Amino acid sequence: MSAQTDTPPPQLPAPPVDDAHDSVPRIVPVRRTGRWAAAVAVLVLLAGALVSVIRNDAFQWGVVGDHLTTASVLRGLGLTLWLTGLVMVLGFALGTLLAVMRLSGNPILQAVAWGYVWLFRSTPILVQLLFWFNIGALYPQILGVDTVNLLGPVAVAVIGLTLHEAAYAAEVVRGGILSVEHGQLEAAQSLGLGPWRRLRRIVLPQAMRSIVPPAGNMLIGTLKGTSIVSIIAVQDLLYSVQLVYHRTYEVIPLLLVATLWYVAVTSLLSVGQHYVERHYARGTADAR
Amino acid sequence: MSTPIDVPAPTEAPVDAPAATEATAPADAPASATDVMVEIRSVHKSFGALEVLRGIDLSVRAGEVTVVLGPSGSGKSTLLRTINHLEKVDQGWISVDGTLVGYRRSGNKLYELREREVLRQRTRIGFVFQNFNLFPHLTVLENIIEAPVAALGRPRKEAVAAAEALLARVGLADKSGAYPKQLSGGQQQRVAIARALALEPKLLLFDEPTSALDPELVGEVLDVIKDLAHQGTTMIVVTHEIGFAREVADTVVFMDQGRIVEQGPPADVLDRPVQERTRAFLSKVL
Ligand SMILES: Nc1ncnc2c1ncn2[C@@H]1O[C@H](COP(=O)(O)OP(=O)(O)O)[C@@H](O)[C@H]1O
Ligand SMILES: [Mg+2]
Repeated sequence: MSAQTDTPPPQLPAPPVDDAHDSVPRIVPVRRTGRWAAAVAVLVLLAGALVSVIRNDAFQWGVVGDHLTTASVLRGLGLTLWLTGLVMVLGFALGTLLAVMRLSGNPILQAVAWGYVWLFRSTPILVQLLFWFNIGALYPQILGVDTVNLLGPVAVAVIGLTLHEAAYAAEVVRGGILSVEHGQLEAAQSLGLGPWRRLRRIVLPQAMRSIVPPAGNMLIGTLKGTSIVSIIAVQDLLYSVQLVYHRTYEVIPLLLVATLWYVAVTSLLSVGQHYVERHYARGTADAR
Repeated sequence: MSTPIDVPAPTEAPVDAPAATEATAPADAPASATDVMVEIRSVHKSFGALEVLRGIDLSVRAGEVTVVLGPSGSGKSTLLRTINHLEKVDQGWISVDGTLVGYRRSGNKLYELREREVLRQRTRIGFVFQNFNLFPHLTVLENIIEAPVAALGRPRKEAVAAAEALLARVGLADKSGAYPKQLSGGQQQRVAIARALALEPKLLLFDEPTSALDPELVGEVLDVIKDLAHQGTTMIVVTHEIGFAREVADTVVFMDQGRIVEQGPPADVLDRPVQERTRAFLSKVL
């Protein structure tokens, strides 16, 4: 049985017919049909939601526009902004002090710092704020001055929010300091740098790399969190729109006014955080 | 235990000690000989139950290079770190250039110094780490001028000029604006040496300066250290580079389990070791 020579040889190595010139095969990615379907479905739902928001007259977008930049809303926004800034600065100053105490060699300072963080993290900020608001019941007079006169709502807001913020800031800063390699401290010591210089010039700048991201979170959280002071009648952004809707009953559009401002400011802060992070990454691999 | 101030082996004429410099032994100095730069007497140090230094006696003369050899965990780093008081000793004392390190003697008591005074002492002792420990967020130039400006109060302009001269000396004149991570390991270690030199220390301590380097980068760092040796810098170098020890050391010290087992000129300790433990160690690293 010899080979049947009249049948054509099997076409194994034959190139595809449409491949005109060479034999390097072209890569065809797999079709991601599911992916496309999911994207389209989500977009359709989103568009539907958007249309319903725009066409639902109950949102009263006209009213939103009317109040977005009124003097009282802008004043409220201003208070929210400076309250946030002040609480962040004071909170991180106190928090850094607490972190350094906690990392010091002094057991009493360590214990006090630990106790502080424990106490202020274990109670709701709302309770803390009401407590400071009513501190006059415990100490009717401070240094011979009536507590009520000394501590107005705004002062109570600053104190209450700062003390609370400091407890969280202390942990963030402590984590940052611990993230700095021990050899850095030894090098600084062996060069004769004093404790303050070591902290400010060597340790903290390097700690900032791990401090900034959570601090950015805290900043945004604090900005929104300051709205809690509306319960002690401090005229922040939320309280100023509440004043309006208590009068006009246009609750939803005025809440939208506050919402839009909160979103705008937090978006700006996120952009700022990106640049701050880049600054503190200098000298490292991910710096550009 | 006798101190190794016997006549140096005639094989290598010692680059003779720098002219009897300011050998002003302060009143509280327990040191005796005038040209002794470092004196270590019966130093003990424990970490918890582990006794890491078990009675170290060592003298280093001004202008000489002492190389410390020994297996890992024998206490070499701890010994170096006690010399600039990064570790406190439990017993014994150390003096550098006629001044007790970390303590003040009064009668028969040693009073611990305040941190401020210890920091002052450290500016006279340069320390070079195995992992360089450059400050990564500062440029090469900023790394070098930090201590002269902050610890010695030198004018910035002066410190910059001195730093640039030092960078030229370690062959990195063009790198002053770079960040440490942009340099090779060998270049980083040379910057670290320049940083230590910027304080014009009386004594330089090196803790395995080439152990973290790729093999092809070891030479450039050793060359810088050799150069310093030829200029009469007093140095104590912990290293596993036997060739370097043979070429540069005036004294080789072999440590094991917290004790100095053997010391003397390299020709003796490296080629004709008396102690069995030294021989065993050398046979492994050579
Ligand atoms: N800070 C410390 N705490 C506890 N143990 C330590 C400390 N530093 C060093 N040791 C221990 O002391 C011993 C000697 O360490 P070291 O001086 O670094 O040795 P070498 O430099 O010769 O390798 C080792 O067993 C090490 O684990
Ligand atoms: Mg070591």
